[in-house]
Order: sequence, then structure tokens, then C-alpha cells
Amino acid sequence: MNEVTVFIMGKGYRVPAGLTIMKAMEYAGYRLTRGCGCRGGYCGACATVYRLKGDYRLYADLACQTPVQDGMYIAQLPFTPAERPPYALQDLAPEGQTLLALFPELARCVACNTCTKACPQKLEVMDAVQAALRGDIRQVAELTFDCVSCGLCTMRCPAEISHHHVWQLARRLNGAYLTPRAKHVQERVQEIAARKFAVELDAFMSMDRDVLVAAYKAREIEA
Amino acid sequence: MKRLAYFPGCAMKDQARPDEAGTLHALALLGYEIAEIPRWNCCGTVYSLAQDDLMRHVGPVRNLLRVQGMGEKRVLALCAMCYGTLARSARFVQEPERLARINAFLDTEEDFRGGIGVVHLLTLLRDEVGYEKLPSHVKQSLNGLKVATYYGCMLLRPREFAVDDPDRPEVMERVLEALGAVPVPFPERTECCGAYLTVGRKDIVEERVGRILRSARGGGADLVVTTCPLCQFNLTERRPPEAPPLPVLYLGQVLGWAFGADEPTIAALLVGQPTPGEPVSSGGAR
Repeated sequence: MNEVTVFIMGKGYRVPAGLTIMKAMEYAGYRLTRGCGCRGGYCGACATVYRLKGDYRLYADLACQTPVQDGMYIAQLPFTPAERPPYALQDLAPEGQTLLALFPELARCVACNTCTKACPQKLEVMDAVQAALRGDIRQVAELTFDCVSCGLCTMRCPAEISHHHVWQLARRLNGAYLTPRAKHVQERVQEIAARKFAVELDAFMSMDRDVLVAAYKAREIEA
Repeated sequence: MKRLAYFPGCAMKDQARPDEAGTLHALALLGYEIAEIPRWNCCGTVYSLAQDDLMRHVGPVRNLLRVQGMGEKRVLALCAMCYGTLARSARFVQEPERLARINAFLDTEEDFRGGIGVVHLLTLLRDEVGYEKLPSHVKQSLNGLKVATYYGCMLLRPREFAVDDPDRPEVMERVLEALGAVPVPFPERTECCGAYLTVGRKDIVEERVGRILRSARGGGADLVVTTCPLCQFNLTERRPPEAPPLPVLYLGQVLGWAFGADEPTIAALLVGQPTPGEPVSSGGAR
């Protein structure tokens, strides 16, 4: 079997090549109860930092998405302590100073770009901090749409910004106030409320379970 | 059209939008194609007074790197503070060892090579457009409006990056004269407004702002002109109750109006009406 040596929190293990960091840890005997979630790169629970022998860089990635390499020094960061001040969305305006007022540490950004280098989602994290600084909430929301809140940027930031909480607020403000309402959805909801589809819906509601299941299975599905 | 790289800075996209709008209107008529830097970040605002302040230059240098990426040799700033911060960093990296350290830290695909010039709107109008060219572009004269030219600190200090003689500046006066205004004697024009003390020591800022506005009014001004968003904020939001209720506009707003853009404050001043935001009762104090 093709094996590599990895060091998990300083202790060396021989593990099969081609495993992800997460699988390698389990292969080495770890039972993961924290720092492990969807295993598909979506939940952001398995933030991990590592170094490679002979390379000064500190790499950051998701354990479930990153294959092991020979000579990898690995430590997981199952939780990121991060500050989120309380707020009520309905009391906030999607304006220039809203993010800065709640997260004044944004102004400590020196544009070092360490956050961007740490992001496993390859987001332009620093650009989002800069957009937040100048109050461009829509831009923040768009730049951070794919953020999985793993916290790696937050752990690396010399300005001690709690990035994912800022992004979450920006996306909430964007969704609540800046994104145009979908007109066709509103129209359809009104149509349903006005019982435009009463005949069809009532027919389904009164169906026997078996008939309903058969109808469901026979439904037209978009390719 | 002359292409000119432009660094807006955060304030120009938020509270100082009228400054940007007026300036861009005027610069287009003066034959400039303004190219905003893609993906710019904060200029770095307050620069560190520490000896080892290399980290503080990373932000501004990254902006200069993007100017280099555009294939440009210089960049325009409107905000007095952005100008000072960028100019300071452009000079900082003239020393090869510092440039190498910054490049090693930046770790970008393309190294910064240095040699990007930083110009302020005022120096552009003086050194490239020329005062004498301005009147021919004026669409509506300021018509003798009495203006107090407020420089504050950032345009003139430190001396190495001053847009003009730090003790006896004249560039803003000459520009406004060319637009038809009359600069008034204004002894406090280079005094600091109190800057960031506005956060923790409002009392100090109020005292200074009161003194600055009294000095402007003492010279007979109807309007105060500035290029700094923080000065603008302090001069309007931190004025003590007894201070003269003078309107405070950005240079870009005045320039834009002279070049035909709409600016209700100036329009009102020129017909002797109460200006927007000014209490009606104050009109008689002139």
C-alpha cells in the first residue's frame, strides 16, 4: 500500500496516500465528535491548519476536502472564538456605517491579505473587509456568498476581526433590504391565497395515500 | 482624453459622495478619462508614528501595486488623508530594502517596482491643468462668493508631502479665484480640526472647530471649502452652539458647480438665500 507520514498534533502516523486529512485522522484512531460535520465541504466545521516540511507557509483548509501529503504537520481548529454583538435586524438600516458601528474592529484592517490566503473557499476576503469599511453592504454579501464560516480567516487576522459574523449581517441586510422582491413569487402567493388552484390542491388533499404516492412517482420531472 | 488612475478611498463612496461627483464632472470636462483602480483597499488612513511601521505601509502599497497593474505611472486622490497616506508610502518604498521587505510580505504574483506618483486634485489643477486654463471652462462663475479655504493638516503636513508651502499655502485660493470666488483672510486655515479626537474627546474638537469657524466668519466668508472628509465632518457635526453657522463644502462640490453641475448650497448662497442646513435666523449675521 502506498503510504505517507503525517504528524497529527506532533505525533507521526503512517496513513494510506489519497486519504483526506479527516479520513487520515480517523485511520490513525481519532474519533471525531467536534471539528467534523457534513464531510462534503459545505458546513465549515473541520477547519485545519498545516505545514509541509521545508515550507515556511502555514496553510489553512478544510480537513474533509484536503488530501494528505507526506510530511504534513496537522492541527485542527474545531471552534473559532468570535465576537458577535447582539443586534435586531429590523432596527438596522442597510447603510454605510451600520457594519462599522457594530464591528468597529473592521477599521483595524491593514490590508495584509492574510485572510484571503487562509480562505479554503478561495474568497476575496480582504476585498470584503474593504467593502465593509466603505459601507458597500451588497458587495460584502456578494463576495462572501460562499463563506462556510470555518473561521480560518478570523484565526489568522492580525486586526482580530470576526469575519463570518460581519458577512452574516451583511447578507441579512442585503436579503432583507437591498435585494428586489421577486415579483412573480408574490403574484403566485396571491394567486394561491385567492384559491386559483383550489381544484388541483383540493384534489391532492383528499387523495388516498397510495394514490398520492403513485401520483408523486409519476410526476413530470425536469431533466 | 488623458487617462488618469483614480483612488477614491472609503469616504468618497460614502459620506463624501458629493465631492467625488463634482470632481469627476469637472475632470471629464477638463479632458480626463478617470480610471478607478480595480479592487482598491483602504488607503491606510492614520499612519503609524512608530519607528517600525512597515506593516502600516502594506495597505497603501497594495493600492500602488494595482496602479502599476493598470499600466499607469501615477494616481489621483481627492481626500486629503488618502493623498497623504499614499504619498507617504510611495516615498517609503523608494528605499530598496523596504521595498524588498514589503514585496516579500505581499507575496503577490507581480512585485511592486515603485515609482508610482501620487497627485492630489489641487496639485493636478495647479501643475497640469494650470490656474489660467480654468476660467475658460467655467460654466457658472462663483461670482465673488467669499470663501474660506480650509487646509487643515493633511494637505500640508508632514512637509515632504505638502501640496504647497505648509506655512503660506495658496493653491486652494488660486483655484477658487480662477472659478470666480474671492478667498478671504483666514488665519486658522492650517490649524488642525481635532481629527480623530472627535471619537473620544468631542470637547477638544468643538473648541477648535468653534475657533476655526469664527476665524472664517471674521474674514467675511460665506462658505468654508475643504478637501478632507474628517475636517468636513468635524466642521459640521462638532460645531459648538455659538459657532457661526457657515456651510462647509468639499472642493469638488464647488468645482463641480462652477463646471455646470447642480449644487443647491452654492446656488442658494449666490442669491443670498438661507443655505440648506443653515438656520434661517442666521442670515442677518453677514
